[in-house]
Amino acid sequence: MFPPDSIALRHYLGQGPKDRTISDARHSVSLTDIVEFSCLAGRCCDLSGRSVLIATSRQLLSALAMIELDGVARRMLLCPPDLDWERLQALVEQAGIDTIVTDRPLSGSRAGKYTVIGIDLPDRRATRRTVDHATEWLMLTSGTSGLPKIVRHTLDGLAGAIIAEGPARYGDATWATFYDIRRYGGLQIFLRAVLGGGSMVLSEPGEAIAVHVARLRAGGVSHISGTPSHWRKLLMSGATANFSPRYIRLSGEIADQAVLDGLAQAFPHASIGHAYASTEAGVGFSVDDGREGFPAHLIGRNRDGVEMKVVEGSLRIRSKRTARAYVGADAPPLADEEGFVDTGDIVELRGERYHFVGRRGGIINIGGLKVHPEEVEAVINRHACVQMSRARSRRSPITGAIVVADVILTAGTDEKCHETIRAEILTQCKDSLAAWKVPAVIRFVERLEVTAAGKLARTDA
Amino acid sequence: MSVRTKIFSAMEQIAEEQKVTLPPLQDNLSLNETGFDSLAFAILVARLEDELGVDPFTIAEDAAFPSTLGEFVRAYENVPA
Repeated sequence: MFPPDSIALRHYLGQGPKDRTISDARHSVSLTDIVEFSCLAGRCCDLSGRSVLIATSRQLLSALAMIELDGVARRMLLCPPDLDWERLQALVEQAGIDTIVTDRPLSGSRAGKYTVIGIDLPDRRATRRTVDHATEWLMLTSGTSGLPKIVRHTLDGLAGAIIAEGPARYGDATWATFYDIRRYGGLQIFLRAVLGGGSMVLSEPGEAIAVHVARLRAGGVSHISGTPSHWRKLLMSGATANFSPRYIRLSGEIADQAVLDGLAQAFPHASIGHAYASTEAGVGFSVDDGREGFPAHLIGRNRDGVEMKVVEGSLRIRSKRTARAYVGADAPPLADEEGFVDTGDIVELRGERYHFVGRRGGIINIGGLKVHPEEVEAVINRHACVQMSRARSRRSPITGAIVVADVILTAGTDEKCHETIRAEILTQCKDSLAAWKVPAVIRFVERLEVTAAGKLARTDA
Repeated sequence: MSVRTKIFSAMEQIAEEQKVTLPPLQDNLSLNETGFDSLAFAILVARLEDELGVDPFTIAEDAAFPSTLGEFVRAYENVPA
């Protein structure tokens, strides 16, 4: 409970250049002298040992709360922005929350048994704080249906991949991410900025891409991450001109060759890496050679404390970076008896490389033959005129289901070419996929829905 | 274009994609003899649903799948508009 050698997040703020900042569209806060301020009206001491829900309207305030509360609170639950109060209430019960830190007015009935502490931009001198807790970091899984699960991490585990790479490597970096930092993928980037001595520019919900990119440029963003869906949207927007980050990172979905090539073309001077990580399994690895999939030799070895194996087609990971457990009364075990987390991500060995083919739960069954929508999309996306695609299941009276595909073409594609492109995509699919995996119908659409977690929405999965 | 013509043209398109050589399309042609497998028929029914707005084999709960091309065409022609 009182680990003497525990390092809290705020201890990293004295490192790096003196002009470190974290900003959103409205405010920029200095990270360098934040230790001497409080965003909780100096009430941080009251939060020692408490179980705190951080539910703020802006990511910036959540970031400041994490810095102030790590090492102080017993646990903090990071609340992503798209949760309604009813679902949140059930999660708050499961997590044993007793205190809510928020900038929103909470009516009496909602506040109820909780201590509610307001949060605002830092302005008061903080009382001296000591680190007396190894704070538990609780995060929500990004599943789209039902109640998300709560997973428990430690700062050590969350920062495992960053420490392994040597955080000082990014000392002069200004980080940004299309993710919300209260989700695993976004939190990784926030921690990279804080631990590595850099600065950060936060995303803003609902902000037009061109406006966001202008802010990234103005903020001098050099390192930026997002899901392949985020990146495809950016490439489609045509807003990439004059934006030249040095490092581009993809995670959270399968990075296929088409999106890697598209980014390499749009950002010729950037190094491009795709990382494998999930809220439960933590950061597994990152691949920087510009090719989809990952080298087969990463499996079966202990590399930087991460061990991976493939069982029944799915990737399993054991490391100190995985979440410690699911939280809640009836929470299932997170790992198997040997400590491996089953990611549910199905991989396939092709030559010297493993390729991700899809999610175990997302399989489409066509008269007993199986297909992952992602493997179909990867082939469709190779067509030069395709920006983004989604394969999905459609019921069939004959085979139970068939595969159909919705496709977004690159801007400016002549409608007269649609039939030719459709035929070319079909030929491409036939050349690389088994017959039942070839989409029966290809529809050209204007947009595809992306979830709040930045992933392509798969309603039938 | 009549329903029949649309069905025949969709079949020819699929036959070309699937590298199937269709025999002459006549009402008494058994569906088994078309060279189409169940996947090809699944594709045909899906595309016809998009084009004609109807899938007669899902609508009727007890619909027996036709055995000849003539029956197949009639299943589409007989659906109330």
